[in-house]
Amino acid sequence: MIRSAAVRDKPGRGLRTLRVYSIAVAFLVAAVLAGALVGAADLNPLATVTALLDRIPFVHLPSSLTPLDRAVLFQIRLPRIVLGALVGGLLAVAGAGYQGVFRNPLVDSGLLGASAGAGLGATIAIIYLAGSGPAAVPVAAFVGSLAGVAVAYSVGAASGSGTANLLLAGLAVGMFLTAIQTYVLQRSSQDIQQVYSWLLGSLATATWHQVAVVLPYSAVSVAVVLLHGRHLDVLSVGDEEARSLGMRPGWIRLAVVAACALAAASAVAVSGLIGFVGIIVPHAVRRLAGTSYRLVLPLSLLFGAGFLVLADTLARTVLAPAELPIGVVTALIGSPVFIWILRTTRSVRT
Amino acid sequence: MPSRFRTSRRGPVVRVLTAAVAAAAGVTMVAGCSSGSSSTASSSSSPSASTGAGAAAAAFPVTVTPSNGKVTVKAEPQHIVSLSPTATEDLYAVGAGKQVVAVDSDSDYPSDAPRTALSGLTPNVEAIVKYNPDLVIASQDSNGLVSSLVKLGVPVLIEPSAATLADAYTQIEQIGAATGHPAQAATTVSTMKSEIAADVKQAGTDHADLSYYWELSANPYYSATSSTFIGQIASLFGAKNIADKADKASDGGYPELSQEYIVSAKPQIIFLADNQAADGGQTPRIVGARPGWAGIPAVKTGQIIALDDDIASRWGPRLPQLVAQLAQAIEKTSGQ
Repeated sequence: MIRSAAVRDKPGRGLRTLRVYSIAVAFLVAAVLAGALVGAADLNPLATVTALLDRIPFVHLPSSLTPLDRAVLFQIRLPRIVLGALVGGLLAVAGAGYQGVFRNPLVDSGLLGASAGAGLGATIAIIYLAGSGPAAVPVAAFVGSLAGVAVAYSVGAASGSGTANLLLAGLAVGMFLTAIQTYVLQRSSQDIQQVYSWLLGSLATATWHQVAVVLPYSAVSVAVVLLHGRHLDVLSVGDEEARSLGMRPGWIRLAVVAACALAAASAVAVSGLIGFVGIIVPHAVRRLAGTSYRLVLPLSLLFGAGFLVLADTLARTVLAPAELPIGVVTALIGSPVFIWILRTTRSVRT
Repeated sequence: MPSRFRTSRRGPVVRVLTAAVAAAAGVTMVAGCSSGSSSTASSSSSPSASTGAGAAAAAFPVTVTPSNGKVTVKAEPQHIVSLSPTATEDLYAVGAGKQVVAVDSDSDYPSDAPRTALSGLTPNVEAIVKYNPDLVIASQDSNGLVSSLVKLGVPVLIEPSAATLADAYTQIEQIGAATGHPAQAATTVSTMKSEIAADVKQAGTDHADLSYYWELSANPYYSATSSTFIGQIASLFGAKNIADKADKASDGGYPELSQEYIVSAKPQIIFLADNQAADGGQTPRIVGARPGWAGIPAVKTGQIIALDDDIASRWGPRLPQLVAQLAQAIEKTSGQ
């Protein structure tokens, strides 16, 4: 149970808030810069920096990058970084939002059948819609993810009003969808490698087009979740308290779950199933900034973005010119770092 | 020069098929004789076969040594089940097609093979036994396939993915021997060898100035290094495989390449082994339209070769077709 002590504002918090925001922004900027400067193509870092600065309006700098190098930088590396930031931010915000709604520190963005639904959708698209081109996969994953949450939510809501009911319904729906997905995959051995690659998650084929497609969904879902920070703080004390303040816990829960589901579905559609971000990042943020969702949500967005950009930078450089699946990096690097954060920061009641 | 390849692209299959048909006809005649002369004729049929196809032919019992150890086939099998698309092609190439009663769901060549719902990846022994097989060929021993069938007295050959061309030839010879067609198998192998040798000679083996990218999958980008079976075939012409730089990063020789590396490595030829719908549906047009790829030499000159994914992922008798396609691409590119 997340019992927030931060519902009551204390004087002198402004400075601390400013400090954590500065850290988060600096982290994201550093991650993006690091990501832009390294890669398997071995672009000259200085020339890369000048080529990037050259794009700033009213700045004109000559860069020694060849047209092919520019294509690598602007068509392949940068969209991947931006998409990584977007996906990381969405997954972390969705994870934090779910943790608030369910007052449970162990849930993440794949909750309520979202991952299982996306996996089933993508598998079906890869196996049965292969003829209609690769475009079908993200759409199917997006729809599958949202449908998974919708089914789990309605089943859970129909069987009682508590959050435990919702979580258990989500578990059951997730297992059911995964069973169907395994069955479908089992019947089509030819596509196992493709499906498996998708399930592991990847940003390897990121394009500006994907960024443009995901951006509107991201904006709407993140805005809705961020606007509910104060409500989640009140909810964390209890439904009774929320009602006594004139709030309707059921509606708040529905709005946040819908927004988180949209955020997670958008991320999953373009990147596959990338784990750990939605659970590690919000908890690390709590260690840094306390438990108020008014801070946890926006900071999760920034740190999640920076974290995934860094993880993806490692994924594409450690074995260069080969790549590691990004899910391996988020888990392999993320888990020890997370444990280190848990051990070295002062304990916050969660 | 290109006309040579145009004919030879169909050449090998036609020749192999002709040989197979001729061989199959011969076998049917022999089998017809033996079955006509009653059930005790199994011993008398072997001399007649040996006079037709050399001393070693159709002398049962036969012992072969595939990857699962020594296997003895007591009599010429008449109910063969193949659980491997490559083995199916091998069977038909050596003239054993008439003896095949069932092939797995992925065995789509030749088209008249008796395709069933049987799975080669997760074989179901009871479903296989229903066909009353006297020989089962698979590419892997999963779900306890070998031990279960051996208990039932059914000989099983496991013919796994070939590591070298020599392995592929050996498998064809083993399948020929186990089914009573050693001579046709030898002909198939020698035809393949001479086809491949002719194409390699034609295109030359000194193309170290050319580089190529072999695409197995586009999302993410998987390739094959020269240490793999398919990589060895692709490197017959001495061209440089851009995936070889990632050799250390992949134990199996199939690394996931970074997209920016593929572009900056400037391959002059791109081979697509993922162009069929089931394998990703990547076409030369799609590849050319990928953001950032327009500057790759292969895209500029249109040297993006859509391969037959099935031939490129099997190690069977149609390999000369693949080699011919590669040779054509290599020759065209080096002439530019």
